[in-house]
Amino acid sequence: MSVDEFSMSAEKRSHWLLSFWRSTVGKKVVMALTGAIGVGYVVAHMLGNLQVFEGAEKINAYAALLKSNLGLLWTARSILIAAVGLHIVAAYQLARTSQKSRPVGYKRWRSVGSDFASRTMRWTGPLLGLFIVYHLLHLTTGAVHPDFVEADVYQNVISGFRVWYVSVIYIVAMLMLALHLYHGAWSMFESLGVNHPKYNRLIRALATILTAIVVAGFIAIPAAVLLGFIS
Amino acid sequence: MHLTLNVWRQKNASVKGKLVRYEADDINPDMSFLEMLDVVNWQLIGKGEEPIAFEHDCREGICGSCGMMINGVAHGPRPATATCQLHMRHFKDGDTIYIEPWRSRAFPVLKDLVVDRSAFDRIIQAGGYISVSTGSAPEANSVLVTKQNSDLAMDAAACIGCGACVAACPNGSASLFTSAKISHLALLPQGQPEREGRVIKMVEAMDREGFGNCTMHRECEAVCPKAISVNFIARMNREYLRSLLKGEGLP
Amino acid sequence: MELNPKIPSGPIEQSWDRHRSEMKLVNPANKRKHTIIMVGSGLAGASAAASLAELGYQVLCFCYQDSPRRAHSIAAQGGINAAKNYRNDGDSVYRLFYDTVKGGDFRSREANVYRLAQLSVNIIDQCAAQGVPFAREYSGLLDNRSFGGAQVSRTFYARGQTGQQLLLGAYQALERQIHAGQVKMYPRTEMLDLVIIDHCARGIVARNLLTGKIESYVADAVVLATGGYANVFYLSTNAKNSNATAIWRAYKRGAAFANPCFTQIHPTCIPVSGHYQSKLTLMSESLRNDGRIWVPKQKDDKRPAIQILMPERDYYLERRYPSFGNLVPRDVASRAAKEVCDEGRGVGAHGLGVYLDFAEAIKASGVAVIREKYGNLFEMYERITAENPYEVPMRIYPAVHYTMGGLWVDYNLMSTITGLFVIGEANFSDHGANRLGASALMQGLADGYFILPYTLSDYLATAKLDKAPLDHPAFHESEGQVAGRVKKLLSIKGKRTADSIHQELGKLLWNNCGMVRTKRDLQHALEKIPEIREEFWRNVNVLGVDDEINQALEKAGRVADFLELAEVMCLDALERAESCGCHFREEFQTPDGEAQRDDEHFCHVSAWEYAGEQGKPVMHKELLEFEYVTPSQRSYK
Ligand SMILES: Cc1cc2nc3c(=O)[nH]c(=O)nc-3n(C[C@H](O)[C@H](O)[C@H](O)COP(=O)(O)OP(=O)(O)OC[C@H]3O[C@@H](n4cnc5c(N)ncnc54)[C@H](O)[C@@H]3O)c2cc1C
Ligand code: HEM
Ligand code: SF4
Ligand code: FES
Repeated sequence: MSVDEFSMSAEKRSHWLLSFWRSTVGKKVVMALTGAIGVGYVVAHMLGNLQVFEGAEKINAYAALLKSNLGLLWTARSILIAAVGLHIVAAYQLARTSQKSRPVGYKRWRSVGSDFASRTMRWTGPLLGLFIVYHLLHLTTGAVHPDFVEADVYQNVISGFRVWYVSVIYIVAMLMLALHLYHGAWSMFESLGVNHPKYNRLIRALATILTAIVVAGFIAIPAAVLLGFIS
Repeated sequence: MHLTLNVWRQKNASVKGKLVRYEADDINPDMSFLEMLDVVNWQLIGKGEEPIAFEHDCREGICGSCGMMINGVAHGPRPATATCQLHMRHFKDGDTIYIEPWRSRAFPVLKDLVVDRSAFDRIIQAGGYISVSTGSAPEANSVLVTKQNSDLAMDAAACIGCGACVAACPNGSASLFTSAKISHLALLPQGQPEREGRVIKMVEAMDREGFGNCTMHRECEAVCPKAISVNFIARMNREYLRSLLKGEGLP
Repeated sequence: MELNPKIPSGPIEQSWDRHRSEMKLVNPANKRKHTIIMVGSGLAGASAAASLAELGYQVLCFCYQDSPRRAHSIAAQGGINAAKNYRNDGDSVYRLFYDTVKGGDFRSREANVYRLAQLSVNIIDQCAAQGVPFAREYSGLLDNRSFGGAQVSRTFYARGQTGQQLLLGAYQALERQIHAGQVKMYPRTEMLDLVIIDHCARGIVARNLLTGKIESYVADAVVLATGGYANVFYLSTNAKNSNATAIWRAYKRGAAFANPCFTQIHPTCIPVSGHYQSKLTLMSESLRNDGRIWVPKQKDDKRPAIQILMPERDYYLERRYPSFGNLVPRDVASRAAKEVCDEGRGVGAHGLGVYLDFAEAIKASGVAVIREKYGNLFEMYERITAENPYEVPMRIYPAVHYTMGGLWVDYNLMSTITGLFVIGEANFSDHGANRLGASALMQGLADGYFILPYTLSDYLATAKLDKAPLDHPAFHESEGQVAGRVKKLLSIKGKRTADSIHQELGKLLWNNCGMVRTKRDLQHALEKIPEIREEFWRNVNVLGVDDEINQALEKAGRVADFLELAEVMCLDALERAESCGCHFREEFQTPDGEAQRDDEHFCHVSAWEYAGEQGKPVMHKELLEFEYVTPSQRSYK
């Protein structure tokens, strides 16, 4: 046995899933995959929500449809919850690793490569988390919605957004989402190693366009309510 | 030129350091940044003060010894330029310059601007090589390498191991350095037999040293004196996933 | 002292192979019981350390940088020669051998050079297998270029970073062995003395540059791979920290120093810009393929280059050497530049420079072609000088670049001290009186990968070595001396920096033992050097303490050694009353100003033996015999 083989077999290796999760590269893959699920979800969610503009029947019927198959609903919800959960745990752990990697900071530091979105991921992420909680309590369970009507999505959205500060919360949260996605929807490709000089600019452009569309779509609703376009 | 310098002074690894202010006179715009520090040091010695310790050797941007944060930017304001290749003509008379060492848990400060970068060597030890013992090589032209891959491998192999990528990264990540070596070897036919095991072992070594993780800020690429592309980081991630999915190099 | 080169007898083509098969081997089970000290981790040291470790020896490897990857070899740009004849242009082992012996102006050992040419092909195989990204053609095959005026294309290269890539290959092989536990690496550790027990090299004393601790290391053999000493001139193209300390201390322990005055001066470097200048930057020799070198015909012509019309320019290389023109060998080009500058026709602020002009090449083949070929060099030039070489001619001037001299070694690379081997630029090498381009990398790697592993094994197999204990008095004595010297340097507390004294020495050497030497100048230098040395030991100011990083202290120790070495260089230059290769004695030139060799009296290697603090070093001769290449007058007319 050569010395090299010897030292390799001597190193005890843990289960590959465990070492995958423990490695920063692996954990970032988890971030990317769960983030991608999130992206898929927000796109679908945004498209679904736009039905508000087609009137109460349309969107209420759509909501009813979603809730008609409990099995499917809870499968989807479980996946989303698991994804968000993993996303948050991974984000937290990676952020801690990074923090610990520089115990003494710089007196002077100037950015020459990063952008605002990339530097604020660790703020926009948690704020989105808080927003998700609020959003669930607001429009899903109605716990913080003063005029909540069970099963009348249209009514809940309109009456909810008529309160100006609620709309502001949603709009600000969507701007957070814009930042988060502007960086995330591109960087997830890098984390997954999907990178090719031929397509890199395309990926970057698609991520930006997607972000713009999703966020514009979401913001359109509270904006329309506030401006009185829908009532 | 006259300059005001704020330089990190730290006696050794175990004591605290601080920024100390120096007035530097008679600085010639044609000097390199390190020559400017030489002059400051000569003046300090003249005054009976200990000179500022900083690492340097080739002074041509190839050995990777030099490196410091200059006004908050690793290797200073010029792109693709190591500290030793930076000239004072890029500063203005009367400028104030902050000079700090690389900051990273894996690069402890040893004295003033000198840090310990041996973590990089350990990452290479984990697998950054092709195991070809002397004498066993086949005739060089019996293995063909496409020009494209060879050029790309060279782009990655150009890394000088200076550590600026770590220093500049808000996460203190060594991904650019590590990925450059993984990519260099993975791109060549000679590197194939060990390809799967190498990436896993090198990523593990990188993590063990306590570097942060990559979030694609791309500060590293912007300060890298050899302009190594972050695309190599994506390649490392791809290599990692590929290795994991193929299941080699694992029990 | 006896100089036995141990050249194997018989036809030169077979000497190495036969010698190899006759050498003794160490039983595999016993290899791990042998420890080898390798000082240096450049191309020579890293390749040797890795190869010896692969064989099973325990290797202790030292370097003063923070990582072995930063050794000065990293800076080599141009390329590495090998007689592969991939171009089918008539190259062969014999031709590479012939070119090297002739290029060295017949002052090298034929058998060594032949072996070097033979091994050159294996080096490329080894490095390619390690993943060195050599330049390739579209076919996927290795590319070659012609270099340093050679008439065949035999130079392999990796962009302008060949040394870096070769060193990283060797470094990675070394790191693999460190990981495997076969090599113990001691970075930031500087060897300060050689320890000899029972007439055999058995260890070193080194200073830990972080803690200042002075420690002894014991082994069965010691190898020095510590590079060249061009920095004795203060300004050179070498890395700032390159120094002569290791070989100098070995010399003082009895190793003969061969041809110390043979220093190569490279013609295409960026001129000095001021007294603060810390080092000189080499511009690749390849620039001379397209650039035309000229100076104004008028003395002190301060007009900008563009205003000087064609008839007012002197293309002096083309004028003097019509057949080789701008491509004459390094020593010839350097001397010619010095002459025109001495006549007061130099250009630039200090008058120490000549133009290397691309205007015509750009006109003929277009900016794009020139950029493609030299873009990165032009960029580097502009970065340093802030002048754009696409618009104004470059200014170049010769600079000290490489030292052919070094510790004397026999065919087995062993010095005059039993068990002390010397490889790479540190030995007196195979380059004679002048090294051809792209051959230093070749020599370092041939020594490290393919020669030393055999010859060192042979030594270990045949030497009868007792166990040497670390508490042997020889170690104690040496540690004491080293510590005493450190204390002394710190206690002088004079008025001058080591740098300023080094600058003074450098200037003296450059003016008196540089490109052109005369008896009078050398005698002058020999009077001055002891004065500077005395000034150093009386008036140097080394601040700080000895138990932590103290770069000024490291520097001072190295300067102290340079101050001694410089004297032997001048002695050697004085003693060699002929001109050969880079060693140009004004008194000995042909009627048209070329180097005039004196084969009758100087066809030998001059090996200097230390004779104590007070004594004058003793010169020994190894006579050189040329059986295959007949010495002739080099002519580039
Ligand atoms: C700018 C430049 C360009 C060049 N280009 C070419 C080229 O294109 N082709 C070519 O063939 N050659 C070229 N050369 C020459 C060539 O690079 C060198 O001759 C060669 O690399 C020397 O290698 P080495 O291994 O002998 O020594 P080095 O690479 O100098 O290594 C010396 C090692 O010894 C260690 N060391 C020294 N002293 C001590 C001590 N006291 N204690 C502990 N460690 C010590 C150092 O830390 C280092 O690791 C070039 C040289 C220069 C300066
Ligand atoms: C609407 C919900 C969310 C979506 C769609 C989403 C999407 C994404 C995507 C696509 C990425 C990129 C992954 C990669 O680079 O590999 C990402 C990264 C990240 N997310 Fe989220 N995310 C959401 C919610 C959250 C929440 C609630 C948190 C907070 C805890 C969070 C924290 C992070 C962090 C810290 C990163 C890594 C940052 C970086 O790469 O710099 N995200 N997210
Ligand atoms: S990747 Fe660039 S910045 Fe990082 S160590 Fe290599 S050369 Fe330096
Ligand atoms: S000193 Fe070598 S890279 Fe700057």
